[in-house]
Amino acid sequence: MMSEQQHNDPLVIAGQRFNSRLLVGTGKYKDMAETGAAIEASGAEIVTMAVRRTNLGQNPDEPNLLDVVSPDRYTLLPNTAGCYTAEEAVRTCRLARELLDGHDLVKLEVLGDQKTLYPNIIETVKAAETLVKDGFKVMVYTNDDPIVAKQLEEIGCVAVMPLGSLIGSGLGIQNPHNIRLIMEEARVPILVDAGIGTPSEAAMAMEMGCAGVLVNSAIAGAQNPVLMARAMQKAVVAGREAHLAVRMPRKAYASASSPLDGLITGR
Amino acid sequence: MQIQVNGDALDVSEGATLAELIEQLELTGKRIAIELNLEIIPRSEHATTRLDAGDQVEIVHAIGGG
Repeated sequence: MMSEQQHNDPLVIAGQRFNSRLLVGTGKYKDMAETGAAIEASGAEIVTMAVRRTNLGQNPDEPNLLDVVSPDRYTLLPNTAGCYTAEEAVRTCRLARELLDGHDLVKLEVLGDQKTLYPNIIETVKAAETLVKDGFKVMVYTNDDPIVAKQLEEIGCVAVMPLGSLIGSGLGIQNPHNIRLIMEEARVPILVDAGIGTPSEAAMAMEMGCAGVLVNSAIAGAQNPVLMARAMQKAVVAGREAHLAVRMPRKAYASASSPLDGLITGR
Repeated sequence: MQIQVNGDALDVSEGATLAELIEQLELTGKRIAIELNLEIIPRSEHATTRLDAGDQVEIVHAIGGG
């Protein structure tokens, strides 16, 4: 059920319109059936996936992710997770484009080390430059540095996706002030990618004015992923509507909600 | 002759095409993408692309990821 507000308030990425501002990943699920059910419950339209070597000679009838998350129904967003250099990331994106019949929207992430999975910004910038020149529409995972975010936008990335906290940590948005600084200067959608652990944190990102959030571990790692996917969907809608509604001002002292006149005590 | 597929050595017949390699690996009709010596070979060229000894082939598919 789509509200009036959602219809009039699409997320626009590289000229394409989406009703859902929740993007979801497909990693860490128990099996393909759970992946499919959680993605469906999330209401997401943009769904990330990874590209890996095909296991040769094993399990030829293994279910394929693209059978569960069909490119006809979802906008697939291949990521470059696991890449540590610009060169690996660019190769991965080119393979993904071939795999998805010329689809050129990609999520670029170039990582720095295995312990933090923090982005390597120097390699990320190099890869972004090559990919943009090569005709890719790049949604880029980055840290919460406002200067870097602006540079990635200037290179031609179609969306900038700063981390809330480390990938898979569920620690929420550790530096909301930086995310705000990034949004103030941005002309492309800013989405919080990584770190969201609960629906309240997703709602917080949306209330702050983020264009969307990308969530994987918080759904896949919940004891009931399908229920959590639904909760995330509602939180993102609630946060977005709250942002558009503009919150009340904060006050230092109480302000009564009930009228003061006509009290039976006559004070 | 010997080539490398996904990092492992593999014997294929002399002058085999990529399409024949895919068949040998029982991957015909699967959603895969192929890189030959760091160059993407589009699906439309699998049948006409011949392999040479020592070629490095990468075969990938989509899996879950965030």
